[in-house]
Amino acid sequence: MAGADQRDPVQEYEREPVPERALLGLKSYVGQFAGEHVAGTEIMIGPLFLAAGVSAFDFIGGLLVGNLLAVLSWTFFTAPIATRARLTMYYQLEKICGRKLVSAYNFVNGTMFTVLAGAMITVSATAWGVFFKFSMPELTDTLPTSVGWVVAVLVTGVLFSVVAAYGYKFVARFANFAAPWLVLMFLAFGIIGLREMGLTRLGDFWHVASNEIWKGGEPLAGRVKFTFWHVVFFAWFCNMAWHIGMADLSILRFAKKPWYALSSAAGMYLGHFMAWIAASILYAVQLKHDPSNTAVLPGPLAYRACGLAGLLCVVIAGWTTANPTLYRAGLAFQSLHPAWSRFKVTLVIGLIASLTAIFPIVTMRLLDFVALWGMILMPMGAVIFVDFWVLPRLGLRSNFAEATGRSINWAAGAAWLASIAVGTWLVLRGGVQIYFVSLPCWFVTVLVYIGLSAIIQGRWFRTQTSPELNK
Amino acid sequence: MKRIAQALSAIALIGTIGPPVLFFADRLDLGTAQQWMLAATVLWFVTAPIWMEHKTT
Repeated sequence: MAGADQRDPVQEYEREPVPERALLGLKSYVGQFAGEHVAGTEIMIGPLFLAAGVSAFDFIGGLLVGNLLAVLSWTFFTAPIATRARLTMYYQLEKICGRKLVSAYNFVNGTMFTVLAGAMITVSATAWGVFFKFSMPELTDTLPTSVGWVVAVLVTGVLFSVVAAYGYKFVARFANFAAPWLVLMFLAFGIIGLREMGLTRLGDFWHVASNEIWKGGEPLAGRVKFTFWHVVFFAWFCNMAWHIGMADLSILRFAKKPWYALSSAAGMYLGHFMAWIAASILYAVQLKHDPSNTAVLPGPLAYRACGLAGLLCVVIAGWTTANPTLYRAGLAFQSLHPAWSRFKVTLVIGLIASLTAIFPIVTMRLLDFVALWGMILMPMGAVIFVDFWVLPRLGLRSNFAEATGRSINWAAGAAWLASIAVGTWLVLRGGVQIYFVSLPCWFVTVLVYIGLSAIIQGRWFRTQTSPELNK
Repeated sequence: MKRIAQALSAIALIGTIGPPVLFFADRLDLGTAQQWMLAATVLWFVTAPIWMEHKTT
């Protein structure tokens, strides 16, 4: 799972195409993707696959395929538009949808970032539990389990919030330093975990993996059983808001070539392959020692394997990714009211994130939350995709809101709402699990947006006499 | 200074991943491996800021 990017390129060339002199090479993207996707939440996500009763083939095969699909989505959906238009996602969306609809998008985006930051605070707060023996949440808990837990979360959250508000740049810099070490720490988790699971020769890996670690079978109580397809779709869609949802237009607009998006493989295969596998192995070690201990608590998991260095990894991974996430949430909310101070907004968002972090429901249901995030924000990416590639070929106008001066393009707004409505119906009534629902919803968005654009634009152009707008 | 810091950082990264590998190969017990990893972690965060650039996109 990604935090927000740590360098905030969105703050440059916000309302103009990126000029030639500001373009970046491939190396910048490899580092950026690798740093962004080895986040604190990976330590949480890996074990949840094991809790879902996944088998070794389904897990490893599913991650290989799903991450490949994610890389291809960045390469063939996001990058071609990013390197042609060279605009931020927000500005491109404003031209298509109008300012009010972008504000609605920012509100939803900011809310999701806030909750995600809360999950990162939760991850780091579990480190306190190693030294202070308070009751921490179990896998099935939705409410706080002890006063000690509440205090640990609030202290962590307040510290993160104050630092994010005061010292965003310092932490962003620290995150850059930490990135190579974090990657090796995750690798260390995996190596130590494998040895603890009884692996002594690399040649026996598959035997140990399929018989000792990811044994398949029934999921833990209250969990959905994960198959190969669950893993594929989760790995593909967990960053859906970024690739198919087009949020990374803001990052990739600086790329000299669209194929630089292939560098997202560095983030996917380090963060969403190696790190998830390693974290999953740590959980298997815990279950091997005590099958009744099903709690997914990154602090104790990492401490058992790597001691204090492991604990530092949990805190630093959570901190360095919560920091830009809080910052991004602050920016999203501040855009609704530019006169608000970014400092105050970030502080308030951090405190709200801390309050959400007290309740373990989001963290223990992180797989569902991430899938929900994709379902809610993806439609705007589909709108951008259609507006850029399809509408001109149908003789319709791109950037309709900008062309007509509208504050809301209802074709886009209705497509967004229809997609969420269909997705919600499919999950609640249609028997489709949330991990899969974004795929049909993408097509719903595309069809509704094209259909309504044809109707709205046709009606509008008939009322116009300006030859310029009828070009 | 920068060269020395880079060399120490490289040692720190080796010190982060080396002990787990030695533990895997039964050449080091887990407690000792964890102590080396902690020392390597401290060394990394002391030396890396000296030479690592903060690139902004």
